[in-house]
Amino acid sequence: MKLVMALIKPFKLDEVREALTPLGVQGLTVTEVKGFGRQKGQTEIYRGAEYQVSFLPKVKIEVVVPAALVDGVVEAIAKAARTDKIGDGKVFVLDVESALRIRTGETDTSAL
Amino acid sequence: MTRMPARALALAATAMLAAAPALAQDEAATPKIDTGDTAWMLTSTALVLLMTIPGLALFYAGMVRKKNVLATMMQSFTITALVTVIWMVAGYSLAFGEGNAWIGDFSRVFLNGLADKWDKPFSLGSGDAAVATTIPESVFLMFQMTFAIITPALITGAFADRMRFSALVVFNVLWSLLVYAPVAHWVWHPNGWIFALGALDFAGGTVVHINAGVAGLVCAVVLGKRVGYGHDNMAPFDLSLAVIGAALLWVGWFGFNAGSAVGAGARAGMAMLVTQVAAAGAALAWMFAEWAAKGKPSVLGAISGAVAGLVAITPASGFVLPGSALLIGAVAGLSGFWGATALKHMCGYDDSLDAFGVHGICGIVGSLMVGFLAYGPLSATAALPDGTSGGIGQFITQAYATAAVFAFSAIATFVILKVTDVVVGLRVPEEEEREGLDVTQHGERIA
Repeated sequence: MKLVMALIKPFKLDEVREALTPLGVQGLTVTEVKGFGRQKGQTEIYRGAEYQVSFLPKVKIEVVVPAALVDGVVEAIAKAARTDKIGDGKVFVLDVESALRIRTGETDTSAL
Repeated sequence: MTRMPARALALAATAMLAAAPALAQDEAATPKIDTGDTAWMLTSTALVLLMTIPGLALFYAGMVRKKNVLATMMQSFTITALVTVIWMVAGYSLAFGEGNAWIGDFSRVFLNGLADKWDKPFSLGSGDAAVATTIPESVFLMFQMTFAIITPALITGAFADRMRFSALVVFNVLWSLLVYAPVAHWVWHPNGWIFALGALDFAGGTVVHINAGVAGLVCAVVLGKRVGYGHDNMAPFDLSLAVIGAALLWVGWFGFNAGSAVGAGARAGMAMLVTQVAAAGAALAWMFAEWAAKGKPSVLGAISGAVAGLVAITPASGFVLPGSALLIGAVAGLSGFWGATALKHMCGYDDSLDAFGVHGICGIVGSLMVGFLAYGPLSATAALPDGTSGGIGQFITQAYATAAVFAFSAIATFVILKVTDVVVGLRVPEEEEREGLDVTQHGERIA
Protein backbone atom coordinates (compact mmCIF):
# COMPACT_ATOMS: atom_id res chain seq x y z
CA MET A 1 0.00 0.00 0.00
CA LYS A 2 1.12 3.50 -0.74
CA LEU A 3 0.14 6.90 0.63
CA VAL A 4 -0.12 9.49 -2.10
CA MET A 5 0.16 13.00 -0.68
CA ALA A 6 -0.47 15.76 -3.17
CA LEU A 7 -0.29 19.53 -2.61
CA ILE A 8 -2.31 21.31 -5.26
CA LYS A 9 -3.96 24.61 -6.08
CA PRO A 10 -7.27 24.84 -4.19
CA PHE A 11 -9.42 25.41 -7.28
CA LYS A 12 -8.13 22.15 -8.82
CA LEU A 13 -9.59 19.96 -6.07
CA ASP A 14 -12.79 19.00 -7.85
CA GLU A 15 -11.00 18.10 -11.08
CA VAL A 16 -8.56 15.90 -9.18
CA ARG A 17 -11.36 14.11 -7.37
CA GLU A 18 -13.19 13.52 -10.64
CA ALA A 19 -9.99 12.11 -12.18
CA LEU A 20 -9.48 9.67 -9.29
CA THR A 21 -12.97 8.22 -9.03
CA PRO A 22 -12.75 6.15 -12.28
CA LEU A 23 -9.47 4.62 -11.06
CA GLY A 24 -11.28 2.94 -8.17
CA VAL A 25 -10.20 5.31 -5.43
CA GLN A 26 -12.85 4.89 -2.73
CA GLY A 27 -12.03 7.82 -0.51
CA LEU A 28 -9.55 10.52 0.25
CA THR A 29 -8.77 13.15 2.86
CA VAL A 30 -8.46 16.85 2.08
CA THR A 31 -6.87 19.53 4.24
CA GLU A 32 -6.60 23.26 3.62
CA VAL A 33 -2.97 24.20 4.16
CA LYS A 34 -0.58 27.06 3.55
CA GLY A 35 2.97 26.89 2.32
CA PHE A 36 5.54 28.19 -0.06
CA GLY A 37 7.74 26.78 -2.79
CA ARG A 38 9.17 28.41 -5.83
CA GLN A 39 6.04 30.46 -6.36
CA LYS A 40 6.51 34.00 -5.07
CA GLY A 41 4.09 35.25 -2.45
CA GLN A 42 1.76 38.22 -2.77
CA THR A 43 1.95 41.74 -1.38
CA GLU A 44 -0.99 43.06 0.61
CA ILE A 45 -1.26 46.76 1.36
CA TYR A 46 -3.47 48.18 4.11
CA ARG A 47 -3.37 51.97 4.36
CA GLY A 48 0.23 52.01 3.26
CA ALA A 49 1.39 49.13 5.47
CA GLU A 50 2.77 46.46 3.13
CA TYR A 51 2.82 42.82 4.10
CA GLN A 52 4.65 40.20 2.06
CA VAL A 53 2.46 37.13 2.27
CA SER A 54 4.81 34.24 1.46
CA PHE A 55 2.54 31.40 2.60
CA LEU A 56 -0.06 30.75 -0.03
CA PRO A 57 -3.18 28.67 0.40
CA LYS A 58 -2.98 25.13 -1.00
CA VAL A 59 -5.00 21.97 -0.64
CA LYS A 60 -3.38 18.80 0.61
CA ILE A 61 -4.89 15.52 -0.63
CA GLU A 62 -4.04 12.26 1.12
CA VAL A 63 -5.11 8.97 -0.42
CA VAL A 64 -3.94 5.43 0.40
CA VAL A 65 -4.09 2.98 -2.54
CA PRO A 66 -2.89 -0.57 -3.32
CA ALA A 67 0.66 -0.47 -4.72
CA ALA A 68 -0.56 -1.56 -8.14
CA LEU A 69 -2.70 1.56 -8.51
CA VAL A 70 -0.15 4.10 -7.41
CA ASP A 71 1.32 5.04 -10.79
CA GLY A 72 -2.10 5.64 -12.31
CA VAL A 73 -3.20 7.72 -9.32
CA VAL A 74 -0.10 9.91 -9.38
CA GLU A 75 -0.43 10.41 -13.11
CA ALA A 76 -4.12 11.29 -12.83
CA ILE A 77 -3.48 13.82 -10.06
CA ALA A 78 -0.63 15.44 -11.97
CA LYS A 79 -2.68 15.66 -15.14
CA ALA A 80 -5.75 17.12 -13.46
CA ALA A 81 -3.86 19.61 -11.27
CA ARG A 82 -1.54 20.98 -13.91
CA THR A 83 -1.97 24.55 -15.14
CA ASP A 84 1.62 24.90 -16.43
CA LYS A 85 1.99 27.96 -14.20
CA ILE A 86 4.30 28.20 -11.21
CA GLY A 87 2.69 27.00 -7.98
CA ASP A 88 0.96 23.88 -9.33
CA GLY A 89 2.22 21.90 -6.37
CA LYS A 90 3.87 18.52 -5.69
CA VAL A 91 3.01 14.86 -5.27
CA PHE A 92 4.76 12.60 -2.74
CA VAL A 93 4.45 8.81 -2.42
CA LEU A 94 5.13 7.03 0.88
CA ASP A 95 4.99 3.40 1.99
CA VAL A 96 2.14 2.44 4.28
CA GLU A 97 2.64 -0.39 6.80
CA SER A 98 -0.91 -1.31 7.62
CA ALA A 99 -4.53 -0.19 7.46
CA LEU A 100 -7.63 -0.95 9.53
CA ARG A 101 -11.29 -0.13 8.97
CA ILE A 102 -12.53 0.63 12.45
CA ARG A 103 -16.18 -0.38 11.95
CA THR A 104 -15.59 -3.89 10.55
CA GLY A 105 -12.08 -4.72 11.63
CA GLU A 106 -10.98 -5.37 8.00
CA THR A 107 -7.29 -4.84 7.46
CA ASP A 108 -4.85 -3.66 4.79
CA THR A 109 -6.10 -3.52 1.17
CA SER A 110 -9.60 -4.67 2.07
CA ALA A 111 -9.76 -1.74 4.47
CA LEU A 112 -9.08 0.82 1.74
CA MET B 1 -55.82 58.45 11.18
CA THR B 2 -54.52 58.71 14.73
CA ARG B 3 -53.81 62.36 14.08
CA MET B 4 -57.45 63.25 13.50
CA PRO B 5 -58.46 63.69 17.14
CA ALA B 6 -55.37 65.81 17.80
CA ARG B 7 -56.21 68.08 14.88
CA ALA B 8 -59.77 68.38 16.06
CA LEU B 9 -58.52 69.31 19.51
CA ALA B 10 -56.18 71.90 18.08
CA LEU B 11 -59.01 73.44 16.10
CA ALA B 12 -61.16 73.58 19.19
CA ALA B 13 -58.30 75.17 21.12
CA THR B 14 -57.79 77.79 18.40
CA ALA B 15 -61.46 78.63 18.54
CA MET B 16 -61.28 79.06 22.30
CA LEU B 17 -58.15 81.22 22.04
CA ALA B 18 -59.80 83.41 19.46
CA ALA B 19 -62.50 84.04 22.02
CA ALA B 20 -59.87 85.16 24.52
CA PRO B 21 -57.48 87.61 22.79
CA ALA B 22 -55.16 88.22 25.75
CA LEU B 23 -54.53 84.54 26.14
CA ALA B 24 -53.90 84.15 22.42
CA GLN B 25 -51.18 86.80 22.52
CA ASP B 26 -49.41 85.02 25.36
CA GLU B 27 -49.55 81.85 23.36
CA ALA B 28 -47.96 83.50 20.30
CA ALA B 29 -45.08 84.95 22.33
CA THR B 30 -44.09 81.56 23.79
CA PRO B 31 -42.39 79.29 21.26
CA LYS B 32 -43.96 75.91 20.92
CA ILE B 33 -42.53 72.45 20.56
CA ASP B 34 -42.59 71.68 16.86
CA THR B 35 -43.52 68.07 16.27
CA GLY B 36 -41.79 67.95 12.89
CA ASP B 37 -38.53 69.27 14.29
CA THR B 38 -38.80 66.97 17.27
CA ALA B 39 -39.50 63.95 15.07
CA TRP B 40 -36.39 64.64 13.01
CA MET B 41 -34.26 65.15 16.11
CA LEU B 42 -35.50 61.87 17.62
CA THR B 43 -34.56 60.19 14.35
CA SER B 44 -31.19 61.94 14.19
CA THR B 45 -30.39 60.88 17.73
CA ALA B 46 -31.00 57.24 16.84
CA LEU B 47 -28.87 57.65 13.70
CA VAL B 48 -25.92 59.07 15.64
CA LEU B 49 -26.10 56.27 18.19
CA LEU B 50 -26.10 53.85 15.26
CA MET B 51 -22.77 55.36 14.20
CA THR B 52 -21.07 54.08 17.37
CA ILE B 53 -22.94 50.82 17.84
CA PRO B 54 -22.72 49.01 15.57
CA GLY B 55 -21.10 51.37 13.02
CA LEU B 56 -17.78 52.26 14.59
CA ALA B 57 -17.61 48.95 16.48
CA LEU B 58 -17.71 47.08 13.15
CA PHE B 59 -15.48 49.56 11.32
CA TYR B 60 -12.72 49.18 13.91
CA ALA B 61 -13.23 45.49 14.67
CA GLY B 62 -12.87 44.62 11.00
CA MET B 63 -9.47 46.28 10.88
CA VAL B 64 -7.81 44.58 13.86
CA ARG B 65 -6.43 41.07 14.04
CA LYS B 66 -8.67 38.13 14.89
CA LYS B 67 -7.49 37.94 18.50
CA ASN B 68 -8.69 41.49 19.21
CA VAL B 69 -12.04 41.64 17.41
CA LEU B 70 -14.28 41.22 20.46
CA ALA B 71 -12.19 43.54 22.62
CA THR B 72 -12.42 46.24 19.96
CA MET B 73 -16.19 45.91 19.69
CA MET B 74 -16.41 45.88 23.48
CA GLN B 75 -14.65 49.25 23.66
CA SER B 76 -17.33 50.98 21.59
CA PHE B 77 -20.10 49.13 23.40
CA THR B 78 -18.78 49.89 26.88
CA ILE B 79 -18.17 53.52 26.04
CA THR B 80 -21.78 53.79 24.88
CA ALA B 81 -23.06 52.62 28.26
CA LEU B 82 -20.45 54.43 30.30
CA VAL B 83 -20.81 57.84 28.66
CA THR B 84 -24.59 57.61 28.89
CA VAL B 85 -24.32 57.44 32.66
CA ILE B 86 -21.49 60.02 32.83
CA TRP B 87 -23.55 62.40 30.67
CA MET B 88 -26.59 62.01 32.87
CA VAL B 89 -24.68 62.39 36.12
CA ALA B 90 -22.42 65.35 35.31
CA GLY B 91 -21.28 65.54 31.68
CA TYR B 92 -24.34 67.35 30.37
CA SER B 93 -24.18 69.84 33.22
CA LEU B 94 -20.49 70.57 32.62
CA ALA B 95 -21.00 70.93 28.87
CA PHE B 96 -24.33 72.73 28.68
CA GLY B 97 -24.84 74.24 32.12
CA GLU B 98 -24.60 78.06 32.23
CA GLY B 99 -21.19 78.26 33.89
CA ASN B 100 -18.69 80.66 32.36
CA ALA B 101 -16.67 80.93 29.15
CA TRP B 102 -14.61 77.84 30.02
CA ILE B 103 -16.94 75.25 31.44
CA GLY B 104 -20.53 74.66 32.52
CA ASP B 105 -21.47 74.12 36.12
CA PHE B 106 -23.02 71.56 38.46
CA SER B 107 -26.53 73.03 38.30
CA ARG B 108 -27.78 70.19 36.08
CA VAL B 109 -26.14 67.17 37.71
CA PHE B 110 -28.37 64.12 37.48
CA LEU B 111 -30.31 66.22 34.95
CA ASN B 112 -31.58 68.37 37.80
CA GLY B 113 -34.47 70.60 36.69
CA LEU B 114 -35.33 68.61 33.58
CA ALA B 115 -38.75 67.69 34.94
CA ASP B 116 -39.75 71.34 35.50
CA LYS B 117 -39.89 72.23 31.81
CA TRP B 118 -40.01 68.78 30.32
CA ASP B 119 -42.80 69.62 27.86
CA LYS B 120 -41.60 73.14 26.99
CA PRO B 121 -39.31 74.02 24.07
CA PHE B 122 -35.68 74.03 25.16
CA SER B 123 -33.63 77.22 25.14
CA LEU B 124 -29.84 76.92 25.39
CA GLY B 125 -28.22 79.59 27.51
CA SER B 126 -30.00 82.61 28.94
CA GLY B 127 -30.62 86.28 28.31
CA ASP B 128 -29.91 87.86 24.93
CA ALA B 129 -27.40 85.18 23.98
CA ALA B 130 -29.93 82.35 24.44
CA VAL B 131 -30.47 80.04 21.48
CA ALA B 132 -34.09 78.99 21.27
CA THR B 133 -35.08 75.60 19.90
CA THR B 134 -38.42 74.01 19.10
CA ILE B 135 -37.67 70.66 20.71
CA PRO B 136 -37.90 69.48 24.33
CA GLU B 137 -34.71 69.39 26.38
CA SER B 138 -34.91 65.61 26.73
CA VAL B 139 -34.32 65.32 22.99
CA PHE B 140 -31.61 67.99 22.93
CA LEU B 141 -29.61 66.41 25.72
CA MET B 142 -30.04 62.91 24.31
CA PHE B 143 -28.89 64.08 20.85
CA GLN B 144 -25.85 65.69 22.46
CA MET B 145 -25.26 62.53 24.48
CA THR B 146 -24.76 60.51 21.31
CA PHE B 147 -21.99 62.93 20.31
CA ALA B 148 -20.39 62.59 23.72
CA ILE B 149 -20.49 58.82 23.16
CA ILE B 150 -18.92 58.64 19.72
CA THR B 151 -16.05 61.03 20.48
CA PRO B 152 -14.15 58.86 22.99
CA ALA B 153 -15.10 55.79 20.94
CA LEU B 154 -13.21 57.28 17.98
CA ILE B 155 -10.06 57.53 20.11
CA THR B 156 -9.99 53.75 20.62
CA GLY B 157 -8.71 53.33 17.07
CA ALA B 158 -5.39 54.86 18.09
CA PHE B 159 -4.60 52.43 20.91
CA ALA B 160 -6.23 49.32 19.46
CA ASP B 161 -4.74 45.94 20.39
CA ARG B 162 -2.83 47.02 23.49
CA MET B 163 -4.75 48.97 26.14
CA ARG B 164 -5.96 47.38 29.35
CA PHE B 165 -9.73 47.33 29.59
CA SER B 166 -9.60 48.81 33.09
CA ALA B 167 -7.44 51.63 31.75
CA LEU B 168 -9.98 52.27 29.00
CA VAL B 169 -12.73 52.69 31.61
CA VAL B 170 -10.72 55.04 33.85
CA PHE B 171 -9.42 57.06 30.89
CA ASN B 172 -12.87 57.40 29.43
CA VAL B 173 -14.50 58.68 32.62
CA LEU B 174 -11.79 61.33 33.07
CA TRP B 175 -11.63 62.29 29.39
CA SER B 176 -15.40 62.70 29.02
CA LEU B 177 -15.62 65.03 32.00
CA LEU B 178 -12.33 66.92 31.67
CA VAL B 179 -11.86 67.18 27.91
CA TYR B 180 -15.09 66.54 26.02
CA ALA B 181 -17.42 68.51 28.30
CA PRO B 182 -15.33 71.70 28.43
CA VAL B 183 -14.60 71.72 24.69
CA ALA B 184 -18.29 71.18 23.89
CA HIS B 185 -19.04 74.10 26.22
CA TRP B 186 -16.45 76.35 24.54
CA VAL B 187 -17.81 75.72 21.08
CA TRP B 188 -21.51 75.09 21.41
CA HIS B 189 -22.74 76.92 24.52
CA PRO B 190 -23.54 80.61 23.95
CA ASN B 191 -21.31 81.42 26.95
CA GLY B 192 -18.38 79.47 25.51
CA TRP B 193 -15.34 81.48 24.46
CA ILE B 194 -15.00 79.85 21.03
CA PHE B 195 -18.73 80.33 20.43
CA ALA B 196 -18.27 84.01 21.31
CA LEU B 197 -15.29 84.20 18.99
CA GLY B 198 -17.63 83.34 16.12
CA ALA B 199 -15.81 80.16 15.06
CA LEU B 200 -17.93 77.89 12.89
CA ASP B 201 -18.41 74.27 13.91
CA PHE B 202 -21.76 73.00 12.76
CA ALA B 203 -21.60 69.39 13.92
CA GLY B 204 -18.31 68.82 15.69
CA GLY B 205 -15.19 69.35 13.59
CA THR B 206 -13.36 70.70 16.62
CA VAL B 207 -15.43 69.22 19.45
CA VAL B 208 -15.58 65.69 18.06
CA HIS B 209 -13.01 65.05 15.36
CA ILE B 210 -9.99 67.25 16.12
CA ASN B 211 -10.56 66.57 19.80
CA ALA B 212 -10.69 62.78 19.35
CA GLY B 213 -8.01 62.71 16.67
CA VAL B 214 -5.47 64.63 18.72
CA ALA B 215 -6.30 62.60 21.83
CA GLY B 216 -5.69 59.52 19.68
CA LEU B 217 -2.32 60.81 18.55
CA VAL B 218 -1.25 61.41 22.15
CA CYS B 219 -2.51 57.93 23.14
CA ALA B 220 -0.52 56.33 20.29
CA VAL B 221 2.65 58.14 21.34
CA VAL B 222 2.25 57.55 25.09
CA LEU B 223 1.27 53.87 24.82
CA GLY B 224 3.92 53.13 22.20
CA LYS B 225 3.82 50.81 19.24
CA ARG B 226 2.16 47.43 19.18
CA VAL B 227 4.47 44.46 19.75
CA GLY B 228 5.77 43.40 16.34
CA TYR B 229 4.82 46.66 14.64
CA GLY B 230 6.65 47.01 11.34
CA HIS B 231 7.64 43.34 11.42
CA ASP B 232 4.65 41.09 12.06
CA ASN B 233 1.77 40.79 9.65
CA MET B 234 -0.98 42.95 11.11
CA ALA B 235 -3.39 42.56 8.22
CA PRO B 236 -7.03 43.13 9.13
CA PHE B 237 -9.05 40.13 10.25
CA ASP B 238 -12.12 40.80 8.13
CA LEU B 239 -12.49 43.95 6.08
CA SER B 240 -16.07 43.05 5.18
CA LEU B 241 -16.99 43.99 8.76
CA ALA B 242 -15.22 47.32 8.22
CA VAL B 243 -17.19 47.94 5.03
CA ILE B 244 -20.47 47.38 6.85
CA GLY B 245 -19.26 49.63 9.66
CA ALA B 246 -18.22 52.41 7.31
CA ALA B 247 -21.56 52.20 5.50
CA LEU B 248 -23.40 52.52 8.81
CA LEU B 249 -21.22 55.49 9.70
CA TRP B 250 -22.07 57.12 6.38
CA VAL B 251 -25.83 56.71 6.83
CA GLY B 252 -25.68 57.62 10.52
CA TRP B 253 -23.81 60.80 9.61
CA PHE B 254 -27.02 62.25 8.20
CA GLY B 255 -28.24 62.38 11.80
CA PHE B 256 -24.91 63.81 12.92
CA ASN B 257 -24.83 66.67 10.41
CA ALA B 258 -28.40 67.27 9.30
CA GLY B 259 -29.49 66.70 12.91
CA SER B 260 -27.18 69.49 14.00
CA ALA B 261 -29.63 71.92 12.41
CA VAL B 262 -31.77 71.06 15.50
CA GLY B 263 -34.82 71.08 13.28
CA ALA B 264 -36.30 69.67 10.11
CA GLY B 265 -35.88 72.72 7.91
CA ALA B 266 -34.03 73.84 4.80
CA ARG B 267 -30.71 74.00 6.60
CA ALA B 268 -30.99 70.34 7.60
CA GLY B 269 -31.72 69.49 4.00
CA MET B 270 -28.66 71.36 2.76
CA ALA B 271 -26.53 69.77 5.48
CA MET B 272 -27.64 66.31 4.37
CA LEU B 273 -26.90 67.06 0.72
CA VAL B 274 -23.39 68.40 1.35
CA THR B 275 -22.67 65.47 3.64
CA GLN B 276 -23.44 63.02 0.87
CA VAL B 277 -21.43 64.95 -1.73
CA ALA B 278 -18.36 65.34 0.49
CA ALA B 279 -18.36 61.65 1.45
CA ALA B 280 -18.55 60.61 -2.20
CA GLY B 281 -15.87 63.07 -3.31
CA ALA B 282 -13.47 61.92 -0.61
CA ALA B 283 -14.08 58.21 -1.24
CA LEU B 284 -13.20 58.71 -4.91
CA ALA B 285 -10.23 60.98 -4.15
CA TRP B 286 -8.66 58.45 -1.76
CA MET B 287 -9.43 55.58 -4.11
CA PHE B 288 -7.86 57.20 -7.17
CA ALA B 289 -4.88 58.52 -5.18
CA GLU B 290 -4.16 55.04 -3.86
CA TRP B 291 -4.72 53.49 -7.27
CA ALA B 292 -2.15 55.86 -8.75
CA ALA B 293 0.35 55.60 -5.90
CA LYS B 294 0.14 51.92 -4.93
CA GLY B 295 -1.26 50.28 -8.05
CA LYS B 296 -4.58 49.04 -6.65
CA PRO B 297 -7.80 50.76 -5.54
CA SER B 298 -8.25 49.09 -2.15
CA VAL B 299 -11.55 48.53 -0.38
CA LEU B 300 -10.07 49.82 2.86
CA GLY B 301 -8.95 52.94 0.98
CA ALA B 302 -12.38 53.65 -0.46
CA ILE B 303 -14.19 53.28 2.87
CA SER B 304 -11.51 55.26 4.72
CA GLY B 305 -11.92 57.99 2.11
CA ALA B 306 -15.67 58.15 2.70
CA VAL B 307 -15.11 58.54 6.44
CA ALA B 308 -12.45 61.21 5.78
CA GLY B 309 -14.96 63.20 3.72
CA LEU B 310 -17.67 62.82 6.35
CA VAL B 311 -15.26 64.08 9.01
CA ALA B 312 -14.21 67.11 6.97
CA ILE B 313 -17.74 68.17 6.06
CA THR B 314 -18.87 67.91 9.70
CA PRO B 315 -17.88 71.44 10.80
CA ALA B 316 -18.90 72.88 7.42
CA SER B 317 -22.19 71.07 6.86
CA GLY B 318 -24.61 73.84 7.85
CA PHE B 319 -22.54 76.55 6.22
CA VAL B 320 -21.54 75.46 2.69
CA LEU B 321 -23.13 74.70 -0.67
CA PRO B 322 -22.64 71.43 -2.62
CA GLY B 323 -19.83 72.76 -4.84
CA SER B 324 -17.77 73.63 -1.78
CA ALA B 325 -18.64 70.25 -0.29
CA LEU B 326 -17.18 68.45 -3.30
CA LEU B 327 -13.98 70.46 -2.91
CA ILE B 328 -13.82 69.78 0.83
CA GLY B 329 -14.39 66.09 0.12
CA ALA B 330 -11.65 65.90 -2.50
CA VAL B 331 -9.13 67.66 -0.26
CA ALA B 332 -10.16 65.49 2.70
CA GLY B 333 -9.73 62.28 0.69
CA LEU B 334 -6.20 63.24 -0.31
CA SER B 335 -5.33 64.54 3.15
CA GLY B 336 -6.62 61.42 4.88
CA PHE B 337 -4.69 59.23 2.44
CA TRP B 338 -1.57 61.21 3.26
CA GLY B 339 -2.27 61.18 7.01
CA ALA B 340 -2.84 57.43 7.20
CA THR B 341 -0.20 56.23 4.75
CA ALA B 342 2.62 58.77 4.79
CA LEU B 343 2.54 61.06 7.85
CA LYS B 344 2.21 58.17 10.30
CA HIS B 345 5.20 56.30 8.91
CA MET B 346 7.21 59.49 8.56
CA CYS B 347 6.73 60.36 12.25
CA GLY B 348 6.93 56.77 13.45
CA TYR B 349 3.93 56.54 15.81
CA ASP B 350 1.55 53.59 15.74
CA ASP B 351 -1.89 55.19 15.37
CA SER B 352 -3.21 51.70 14.71
CA LEU B 353 -6.52 52.46 13.00
CA ASP B 354 -5.70 56.07 12.10
CA ALA B 355 -7.82 57.99 14.59
CA PHE B 356 -5.53 60.98 14.06
CA GLY B 357 -4.69 60.32 10.41
CA VAL B 358 -8.36 60.39 9.44
CA HIS B 359 -10.29 62.23 12.18
CA GLY B 360 -7.60 64.64 13.31
CA ILE B 361 -6.26 65.58 9.88
CA CYS B 362 -9.62 65.78 8.12
CA GLY B 363 -11.23 67.55 11.07
CA ILE B 364 -8.58 70.24 10.67
CA VAL B 365 -9.11 70.33 6.89
CA GLY B 366 -12.86 70.88 7.27
CA SER B 367 -12.57 73.36 10.12
CA LEU B 368 -10.14 75.51 8.13
CA MET B 369 -11.84 75.23 4.73
CA VAL B 370 -15.23 76.31 6.04
CA GLY B 371 -13.53 79.59 6.96
CA PHE B 372 -13.21 80.35 3.27
CA LEU B 373 -16.20 78.51 1.87
CA ALA B 374 -19.05 79.47 4.22
CA TYR B 375 -22.07 80.79 2.35
CA GLY B 376 -23.70 83.47 4.50
CA PRO B 377 -27.41 83.02 3.82
CA LEU B 378 -27.36 79.48 5.21
CA SER B 379 -26.56 80.75 8.70
CA ALA B 380 -28.66 83.93 8.57
CA THR B 381 -30.71 84.62 11.71
CA ALA B 382 -32.83 87.50 12.91
CA ALA B 383 -29.88 88.79 14.92
CA LEU B 384 -27.39 88.20 12.10
CA PRO B 385 -29.34 88.74 8.86
CA ASP B 386 -26.33 88.19 6.56
CA GLY B 387 -25.14 85.04 8.30
CA THR B 388 -21.47 84.14 8.39
CA SER B 389 -19.60 84.22 5.09
CA GLY B 390 -16.15 82.87 4.35
CA GLY B 391 -13.12 85.14 4.15
CA ILE B 392 -9.65 85.63 5.50
CA GLY B 393 -10.95 86.96 8.82
CA GLN B 394 -13.18 83.93 9.34
CA PHE B 395 -10.32 81.64 8.28
CA ILE B 396 -8.10 83.11 11.00
CA THR B 397 -10.88 82.60 13.54
CA GLN B 398 -11.17 78.97 12.41
CA ALA B 399 -7.40 78.46 12.67
CA TYR B 400 -7.42 79.96 16.17
CA ALA B 401 -10.22 77.67 17.34
CA THR B 402 -8.53 74.67 15.73
CA ALA B 403 -5.20 75.41 17.41
CA ALA B 404 -6.86 75.97 20.78
CA VAL B 405 -8.74 72.66 20.72
CA PHE B 406 -5.63 70.87 19.39
CA ALA B 407 -3.45 72.18 22.20
CA PHE B 408 -5.96 71.65 25.00
CA SER B 409 -6.83 68.14 23.88
CA ALA B 410 -3.15 67.17 23.57
CA ILE B 411 -2.14 68.46 26.99
CA ALA B 412 -5.22 67.29 28.87
CA THR B 413 -5.13 63.84 27.25
CA PHE B 414 -1.45 63.48 28.17
CA VAL B 415 -2.14 64.26 31.82
CA ILE B 416 -5.14 61.93 31.94
CA LEU B 417 -3.10 59.10 30.42
CA LYS B 418 -0.37 59.56 33.02
CA VAL B 419 -2.92 59.52 35.83
CA THR B 420 -4.58 56.43 34.37
CA ASP B 421 -1.19 54.74 34.11
CA VAL B 422 -0.55 55.30 37.80
CA VAL B 423 -4.02 54.13 38.83
CA VAL B 424 -4.40 50.92 36.78
CA GLY B 425 -1.57 50.71 34.22
CA LEU B 426 -2.23 51.65 30.61
CA ARG B 427 -0.89 48.75 28.67
CA VAL B 428 -1.32 44.99 28.89
CA PRO B 429 1.85 42.94 29.48
CA GLU B 430 3.63 41.82 26.31
CA GLU B 431 2.59 38.16 26.57
CA GLU B 432 -1.05 39.18 26.94
CA GLU B 433 -0.75 41.43 23.92
CA ARG B 434 0.60 38.53 21.89
CA GLU B 435 -2.18 36.27 23.15
CA GLY B 436 -4.76 38.90 22.23
CA LEU B 437 -7.10 41.11 24.21
CA ASP B 438 -10.18 38.95 23.59
CA VAL B 439 -8.95 36.11 25.77
CA THR B 440 -6.77 38.05 28.21
CA GLN B 441 -9.17 40.92 28.92
CA HIS B 442 -12.55 39.30 28.44
CA GLY B 443 -12.01 35.53 28.61
CA GLU B 444 -13.69 34.97 25.27
CA ARG B 445 -12.76 34.48 21.65
CA ILE B 446 -14.47 34.34 18.29
CA ALA B 447 -14.55 30.96 16.54
